[in-house]
Amino acid sequence: MIQLRQLTKTYGEGPHRTTVLDHLDLTVDDREIAAVVGPSGAGKSTLAACVTLLEPPTSGSVVVGGRELSSLGERDLRDARRQIGTVFQSDGLLSRRTAAQNVELPLRYLGVTPADRRRRVAELLDRVGLSTRADHYPHQLSGGQRQRVGIARALALRPRVLLADEATSGLDPEATASVVRLLRDLRDDLGLSILFITHEMETVLDLADSAARLDHGRIVEQGRVVDLLRDPSSSLGRALLPRRAHAASAPGTTWSVSYAGADVPPDWLARVGTVLGVDLALLGASIGAVDGHTVGHATVAVPASTDPDALVRALAGLGLHARRTDAAHPPVRRVDAVLEPVA
Amino acid sequence: MSVLAGAALTGGTPLGHIPALVIPALGQTLLMVGIVMVVVVLVGTPLGVLLHNLAPGGLVERPGLHQVLGWTVSVGRSLPFLILMAALVPVTRVLTGTNIGIAAAVVPMSLAGIAFFARIVENSLRSVPPSHVRVAKASGASPLQIVTSVQLSEALPSILGGLTINVIAMIEYSAIAGTIGAGGIGYVAVTYGYQRFDHAVMLATILVLITLVALVQLTGDTAVRTATPHARRSRRMRRPSAESTTLPA
Repeated sequence: MIQLRQLTKTYGEGPHRTTVLDHLDLTVDDREIAAVVGPSGAGKSTLAACVTLLEPPTSGSVVVGGRELSSLGERDLRDARRQIGTVFQSDGLLSRRTAAQNVELPLRYLGVTPADRRRRVAELLDRVGLSTRADHYPHQLSGGQRQRVGIARALALRPRVLLADEATSGLDPEATASVVRLLRDLRDDLGLSILFITHEMETVLDLADSAARLDHGRIVEQGRVVDLLRDPSSSLGRALLPRRAHAASAPGTTWSVSYAGADVPPDWLARVGTVLGVDLALLGASIGAVDGHTVGHATVAVPASTDPDALVRALAGLGLHARRTDAAHPPVRRVDAVLEPVA
Repeated sequence: MSVLAGAALTGGTPLGHIPALVIPALGQTLLMVGIVMVVVVLVGTPLGVLLHNLAPGGLVERPGLHQVLGWTVSVGRSLPFLILMAALVPVTRVLTGTNIGIAAAVVPMSLAGIAFFARIVENSLRSVPPSHVRVAKASGASPLQIVTSVQLSEALPSILGGLTINVIAMIEYSAIAGTIGAGGIGYVAVTYGYQRFDHAVMLATILVLITLVALVQLTGDTAVRTATPHARRSRRMRRPSAESTTLPA
């Protein structure tokens, strides 16, 4: 479990003083994968540096597994860092060492005996599916493989929590998928808490149980990913599942419909049409399962003669939220729009 | 060639005597450079590590100390070797009891070499990505462990390349030291080739020096290649094309 309490980090003095993290509170439960998203400059990398204790926080505390880590001296700090596995954006593998030797490093630093080191390294490489690549140098591995070696190294000292700082940024989709799958497996098998800091919304959807939006050094919105997606007023939810441009509007009015409830019937479009006695035109939709729950949104057109209130009522009865989005009510379409600073 | 040979026959050392003159001199040069390089690596490496890590952004930032150290090294680097050698005569006399010969030459050569090598090490460490240091810190490494396992280890090919340049510079310095009677190839070249216009000896020393430098360069290049995994040819040929074998679809 990771608890950040009133975490504050400022740089500089006097008039040049800038606050990067501003009394930030965040909790990642045991076995939880929590994502922190935000635009560049929001404080994501500083947050990562503070949680791994590479940067001392100005005030506030970092508590991992019930132990307060932010007030330790240099030597204790080194011990404390060993409880936190860190996966960085650049894999950070030493170019002159093989995959196995890279994974071995944290064990060497700790002073583990060679026999124990060998056993543990074999175990770890097996865990990340790279047993056959043990003697390969980093330049002989693909980006995804290198990042998995980085994960094996982060796990070497059996940490209870894992911090992933942009761990999938810069990887191709296939490699990202392999890293995401590995992180989920690790959470399930080892009971890790994972703090996943990223700017990639799609990865959050595939990986995280909960998400928090960091803006100007504060967490401005957070919740379970499914709840965020079902809340039509959540800007983080909209950013996680952005709307694409939809097909040209038919005559009539255009409505944005989103899954707000848990039991939306799959044939809701036909059902609403029957109830209202009109044909609904489907202009665009993105519907799928996240963590076993159906979520998504659609854009539909209805004839101008339809009673708006009756439409909203009919949809609400099926667990759907509707909002008119044609010319009079333009929809938010840009993904970035919701990530920009809140005025 | 015939002119040179003729000169050698008329006024200079007989050709048959040249090996007896040059080979012991080569031995002296190798001894001088060898001793100097041992001192240079032993002192220059920690000095370069300090220069890098005391600087802002280093492992133990001490800007004041870094400046003092940086200036000291720069002074050592900025004096022409001939001047440094002359200026150091009193120091050399205290340390070795003499101001001529191999022992005396080793002192100024070592000092010049240490300053040279410290900068080479510093520069090589600078090329190690800071992310590597962050990873090691996050893995629980102590500063000393970071220096050995990350900084020096990753910079090794670059340091070896610099070491090669340094050895060649020291061979050159040993020739300059030859002018104050330090012995070695430089001494032979100056006393026979320069002062007595003995062209055959001059030519022989030049050939020996060219061969020596070429051999050092070749050895250095091989060492750098061996220390760089992605430069080893056999490895490159075994490089996997994609992660097709381990990545489930």
